[in-house]
Amino acid sequence: MLNLSLKELSQALERKKFTSVELTQFFLDRVKKHNPLLNAFITVDENKSLAMAKKSDQLIQSGKKFILTGIPIAQKDIFCADGWKTTCGSKMLENFISPYDSTVIQKFNEIGAVNLGKTNMDEFAMGSSNETSYFGSVKNPWNLDCVPGGSSGGSAAAVAARLAPAATGTDTGGSIRQPASLCGFTGLKPTYGLISRYGMIAFASSLDQAGPMAISAEDCALMLNVMTGHDNKDSTSINRKKENYTNSLDKKIDGLKIGVPKEFFGEGLNPDVQKVIEEALRYYEKLGAEIVNISLPNNHLAIPAYYVIAPAEASSNLSRYDGVRYGYRAKEYDDLMDMYFKTRQEGFGDEVKRRILIGTYVLSAGYFDAYYLKAQKIRRLISNDFKLAYKKCDVIMGPSAPSIAFNSGEKKEDPLEMYMQDIFTISTNLAGLPAISIPVGSVRGLPVGLQLIGNHFEESKILNIAHIYQKNTDWHLHNPKGID
Amino acid sequence: MDWDIVIGIETHVQLKTKTKQFSGASVKYGSEPNSQACLVSMAYPGVLPVLNKESVNSAIRFGLAIDAEIAEKSVFARKNYFYPDLPKGYQISQFELPIVGKGKLSIDIGNELKEVRILRAHLEEDAGKSTHGLIDGKSGIDLNRAGTPLLEIVTEPDMNSAEEAVFYAKKLHNLVQWIGICDGNMQEGSFRCDVNVSVKKKGSNVLGTRREIKNLNSFRFIKQAVDYEVNWQIEKLEDGGKIEQATILFDPDSGETRSMRSKEEANDYRYFPDPDLLPLIISDEEIKGIKKLMPELPEEMKSRFQKDLGLSIYDSEGITSSRDVTQYFLKLVDLGVSAKLAANWILGNLFSQLKDKDIDILDSPILPEQLSKLINRIEDGTISNNAAKKVFEILWENTGKGVDLIIDELGLKQISDSNEIDGIVDAVLKSNLTMVEEFKSGKDKAFNALVGQVMKVSKGKANPAQVSSILKEKLSK
Repeated sequence: MLNLSLKELSQALERKKFTSVELTQFFLDRVKKHNPLLNAFITVDENKSLAMAKKSDQLIQSGKKFILTGIPIAQKDIFCADGWKTTCGSKMLENFISPYDSTVIQKFNEIGAVNLGKTNMDEFAMGSSNETSYFGSVKNPWNLDCVPGGSSGGSAAAVAARLAPAATGTDTGGSIRQPASLCGFTGLKPTYGLISRYGMIAFASSLDQAGPMAISAEDCALMLNVMTGHDNKDSTSINRKKENYTNSLDKKIDGLKIGVPKEFFGEGLNPDVQKVIEEALRYYEKLGAEIVNISLPNNHLAIPAYYVIAPAEASSNLSRYDGVRYGYRAKEYDDLMDMYFKTRQEGFGDEVKRRILIGTYVLSAGYFDAYYLKAQKIRRLISNDFKLAYKKCDVIMGPSAPSIAFNSGEKKEDPLEMYMQDIFTISTNLAGLPAISIPVGSVRGLPVGLQLIGNHFEESKILNIAHIYQKNTDWHLHNPKGID
Repeated sequence: MDWDIVIGIETHVQLKTKTKQFSGASVKYGSEPNSQACLVSMAYPGVLPVLNKESVNSAIRFGLAIDAEIAEKSVFARKNYFYPDLPKGYQISQFELPIVGKGKLSIDIGNELKEVRILRAHLEEDAGKSTHGLIDGKSGIDLNRAGTPLLEIVTEPDMNSAEEAVFYAKKLHNLVQWIGICDGNMQEGSFRCDVNVSVKKKGSNVLGTRREIKNLNSFRFIKQAVDYEVNWQIEKLEDGGKIEQATILFDPDSGETRSMRSKEEANDYRYFPDPDLLPLIISDEEIKGIKKLMPELPEEMKSRFQKDLGLSIYDSEGITSSRDVTQYFLKLVDLGVSAKLAANWILGNLFSQLKDKDIDILDSPILPEQLSKLINRIEDGTISNNAAKKVFEILWENTGKGVDLIIDELGLKQISDSNEIDGIVDAVLKSNLTMVEEFKSGKDKAFNALVGQVMKVSKGKANPAQVSSILKEKLSK
């Protein structure tokens, strides 16, 4: 069970080699064994998961089976799940039990997938190392002294250590791809609007996007088939015919034009990581692709623009956590204002407070034009850079992260250094583009991810390009040592 | 010193939709606290707003009714502030790009028309309600109202007296009900006005500093509040003081206004486009479709009544003051009553009774069918105008008796038999020789006195027109 792909697991379930209950128990046991070390899960509920598995077995028995029926999936604790504690990594929601299902959870439930548990994450998805979680930091399975990346660090550690066959994540500025890169597996951030945000606790609404985290591109495609689809509960959800993302996985990539932006290889990129990425690009040439030099001239503005827009939206999105209706409320307070102050002071961590402050500042009268409006202009420039680039190439490639996994605590006290982790991922969020990170090598025993960026709605294409690489190599199948 | 009064009004019109502005929760008034607070109303983590199409249609109808431009693209924005009855910590409103642009509404001042320019109208959601004192030592929050659809209608500062402000409010109140977008219930808060008041030296081009009176929910309060506020401002200025921009509240019990917050205390709302909602795009086709379904507007109907039915400006204004009044009037006309008489009776006796008893015309105990019958009986000479008023009073009591039965029972039938009148006139002439002499010596007044005598003798039942002509004939012999 340990190293089977989603497809293989599905076939085994269908052929009754084992039941969903057995499979679920197997992974629950792994979680029980390794979670004390990795801290990948915030909530595990054996009874709930096994009850779901039982139902899935009945579905399989009766022949009403979808590909992921009966397969346990780890869910990032940002997705509201009816009856499950949904914390978003924050003290503010430490005891919040969701009364409803997010659309993503609902879709997994509908096809009879099993919820294996809720994974750890940076508080309100703000962070790149999973060190801002109220529930403690997550360890990188490849080296326990290192961070797994963030904000979907719990899902990342769970997939990398095979505590779950696959997991969900969300990506606002790189929160799926950077941890995928640091933990050595495949993570896809789809086009903005492809997966419903309903019930996914908001960080920055115009950038947040859910996506799959799994071993391979093929597994990601299977996950994506479940997660996508128009949702009338989310006004930004795109009304578009649902695709089958496995259909074109094996399409030949001869003559594929790979755009390589020079801005992704300059200052800030670790030279050893650069070597691995360049090697992967050469491998694509061997597979029949052609490298085209391109430029994304405004990429250096992506981080500054992002750290205006995302905090602005976050400062407003997080206003609802006021201690009035649900979640944390300060124990003692004098009056209404005092209740607000103390609740938010005690309920939010430092990074969240930092971003609320930045966001409030940039939206304030007198600063709005200079910050918020200017950042929106930059956002359009960045979008336009990509538009022009895709006239010259079919796909854009570069590193997913500037470095391999770094040591816990190394960047915690230096937010700017931490923000640089997303230097290659943020521009695609600003432009709403789909991108995938696949493992393509390692440096000092730690994985390195290659990022493939597609044009809008080209998930099928980048999954295909990623899959062809994975068919010919085995980097995605490497497992961390010491997690047995 | 003489002063000019300058008034602008922002009106919150609660739209008559089935569900909330951004969720499927019901908007029924008066339900158990929080029974209509869905997850969206309570701003649960992860929930998202979805725009109510019905409210958009309402806004378009309003835009068409005031001849305004409907924005092809409008944008929802977040207005950020903390308050316990504002669950999200922001209100979704429209800021830079409202759905309805510049339009106009004419008000009648005396017999003169005045145009009030509408600056804009935008869609937004209402907040919930904080209650104090219901729970011992604690405040309660009722989120039933949170998310209720509102259209905020903003005028230019075009009104110059409390009367004009009330005329405008009434006119707008009628219009939004007329086009079916608001139930107009002011007590329940479906129509609330924020009135901006300032004064300036007579003829000056420089506007004074304004103070905004919040949340006035009756026409009487608007009048009282503006009158009080204008006097307060003038007195302050004449005493050498300065007006500070402020938001103020009107206390109906004391009839005074008091400051709620000054400009310094004003919130910085940190407006920005709501990333959860796409810009609202409205096509020409959509507007055309809605235009087809628009009813004839009060202004259009007014001019038609003047032109086709010969009503005066005053009468046509009164008759179109609400859709229900118009319906009542048209019913009377349908039943064969002349437009002029119908208007007289509605705006006279009927209105004074309705107002007296504080009854809506829809609940009038006298139905158009009965009133038309009564008016017919005057026109066919069965009863006099004065007698008709008595019948009207009985009808109002709603005894179930018909017009003719009442006339019979009260013996109000006019004497229109000329022989009978002849006899009475002869008798009166005989016993009032002095008056006859006076008339013949040129005193015209004596004629009226003689008519009066005849009416008296006939106990008011003689047909006055007949009396007059018979009397004239006999005196000229």
